[in-house]
Amino acid sequence: MAEAKKAKGARGIVAIEIELCKGCGFCIEFCPSGVLEFSEEFNSKGYHPPRAVKPEACTGCDLCGIYCPDFAIFGKLLKTVA
Amino acid sequence: MVNPANPVSQYLRTDRIPHIWCSGCGLGTTVNCFVRAVETCGIPLEQISVVSGIGCTGRVAGYLKLDSFHTTHGRPIPFATGLKLANPKLKVIVYSGDGDLFAIGGNHFIHAARRNMDLTIICVNNFTYGMTGGQVTPTTPIDAIASTSPYGNTEEPFNLPHLAESAGAVYVARWTTFHVRQATKAMKEAIQKKGFSFVELISPCPTLYGRRNRLGDGLEMMQFYKENSVIQNGADTREVGLDFKGKITCGKFIDREKSSYLEMYNTKMAERFGSSFEPYEGVL
Amino acid sequence: MKADPKGVLTGAHFLDGDHACCEGALSAGCRFVAGYPITPSTEVVERIANRFPSVGGIFIQMEDEIASSIAIQGAVWAGAKAMTVTSGPGFSLMMEHIGLAVMLETPCVFVNVQRGGPSTGLPTLPGQADMMQARWGSHGDYEIIAFCPNSPQECFDLTIRAFNLAEEYRVPVMMMMDECVGHMTEKVVIPKAEEIEVRARRYTTAKPGEYLPYFTNGDIVPAMAKAGDGHKFHVTGLTHDERGYPVMNAEAQEKCVRRLVEKIRNNAGNIITLEETETEGADVVVVSYGITSRVAVKAIEMAKDEGIKVGHLRLITAWPFPEARILELAARVKAFVMPELNYGQMFFELQRTIGGKARSYLVPHGGGTVHDPKVIFEKIKEAAW
Repeated sequence: MAEAKKAKGARGIVAIEIELCKGCGFCIEFCPSGVLEFSEEFNSKGYHPPRAVKPEACTGCDLCGIYCPDFAIFGKLLKTVA
Repeated sequence: MVNPANPVSQYLRTDRIPHIWCSGCGLGTTVNCFVRAVETCGIPLEQISVVSGIGCTGRVAGYLKLDSFHTTHGRPIPFATGLKLANPKLKVIVYSGDGDLFAIGGNHFIHAARRNMDLTIICVNNFTYGMTGGQVTPTTPIDAIASTSPYGNTEEPFNLPHLAESAGAVYVARWTTFHVRQATKAMKEAIQKKGFSFVELISPCPTLYGRRNRLGDGLEMMQFYKENSVIQNGADTREVGLDFKGKITCGKFIDREKSSYLEMYNTKMAERFGSSFEPYEGVL
Repeated sequence: MKADPKGVLTGAHFLDGDHACCEGALSAGCRFVAGYPITPSTEVVERIANRFPSVGGIFIQMEDEIASSIAIQGAVWAGAKAMTVTSGPGFSLMMEHIGLAVMLETPCVFVNVQRGGPSTGLPTLPGQADMMQARWGSHGDYEIIAFCPNSPQECFDLTIRAFNLAEEYRVPVMMMMDECVGHMTEKVVIPKAEEIEVRARRYTTAKPGEYLPYFTNGDIVPAMAKAGDGHKFHVTGLTHDERGYPVMNAEAQEKCVRRLVEKIRNNAGNIITLEETETEGADVVVVSYGITSRVAVKAIEMAKDEGIKVGHLRLITAWPFPEARILELAARVKAFVMPELNYGQMFFELQRTIGGKARSYLVPHGGGTVHDPKVIFEKIKEAAW
């Protein structure tokens, strides 16, 4: 598991299960805030999982989570509005 | 291995993840949408049963943490009919693929639709029999290559929304796995709708249909859906047939009211017998 | 437990076998039937359609036999006792789903009112040529239970027994009637509900989240669950483990399928029902079932008049086959004579079982009518040397 480092100003954060990822690229493509890109590393299956390249842009919308066919990523709000 | 904090994890048999679907397959995406639809549909999870047939889509039943039944090829709908009629309080959802539901299962589909059996049918249409290696199905577009139509399919495919409407479905919608929000909403509406509701979800099969037809990987197929979908709620279903690499008309096409099978049965029997007829509400 | 009086038509009636079978199902607690019309079985579901609304059951005429044979299984998994009814051509269509019922261990009853075959054959006339199919018709390894009533009274009684055994062994049970028994009208006595023993389904006592669909803990069969009770279970026709999850390997196959076979094989003694008449001291034993057994009685009478020591073994259960009893008799008798309305089906089971320890004679008949008792009598004489 890799949680993107809590970035300044970010409203949300993603959690990535590196070993579940099959490198399909949906989350990277369909993140509306451009938070993700393919990482240089690869998992034991040989896929490049995503990494948060712009964590500060994350809104916690969880579109990545809805798109991910492998349940390998999801986004959440850092704090709920009171 | 699914992060327990992932909102979908409580709806999955996480002891069976990672699943068998390929990289870029849209099935997992449909499951995410389905889970979110189930979460917000207002029906207790204990009341929901999922019935699937055979194929890649058929495997969905095995990954959902609900009462689920992996039945025979083409026959989830009659199984679901029995389940529903024996206990009408159950919310019965059929989750299966285009080949399973419309080739071998075609007869069962049209009769359940005709009866307006209170079932929700989620059809993941990837235009192929993926599990068995990518054969042609009744939805494969003309000219598309499949393992059993190696020179291009020469058969007219079904226009599923039109077939569903014609057979009597009261709710008909089509979305692609790109349209995650709309697909979720459609599945929720279909689940909540009384009567025979049908949702077609167009999904990539990059390993077989995509590769053989040079449509790219899962992502490229999703991008195609994004670029080539036309949202037309209320469209005439006669016009929404799919051509190979053509426009994909999406939307909610039919949402109408009709007595469900049991409503009709109970109403008519009451008319016939008067108060001496005890309305049928389940065997138990 | 006792039968629900709502479904029990207590009294003495004049019914044909088809109608009696319907009443048997109602007395047994059957409240879901899915069927498709096919001669000579249609009267069963017609009576069901007539009777069900007032007993709280539901009948649906499905679009074909394939749909019927799986709709009943959906109903069972929602908590119903369910049955479907057909004849030869429909029985052939149902084969895949008999296998599904075996694999999922779905208790249910399949009625086949046999007619002349193969193919469309003789729709309105008797045959007994689906007997092997009842046992071997679906693909893969499995065992089922099959009954052969020889009277409308037995159509009533054995349908109840079929439902009870289906629950006990979690297996599809075949009621192998024939057109003659199905369409003959005789006195049928239906007792009071409190005199009818009905076996309740054994449901799990596990808490939601702890139920394992195929965990047996030394029992013959696992406890069942039904949809809607919060167990959130999964069952599949794929070879599976105790959790109900598919497991694709030889080890899982051995564990899963062996038990399906052995639960019947190892309990055959409790399942088999026979009717024996004067088999002790007999030189020749006539083995028969269904309508043919009634004709055999006449043939045996004729043989006894000639001084032949002949007994009668009637298969009330045809499957499992009564190997033990047949083997016992084979040690003492000279010969078996087996008339059947086919060109040899259960006869081969007989031959296999006796392994040459006694002589065996088939009296075949293509169906369309019953045997002439004289033909069976001649064979008994031939066998008695």
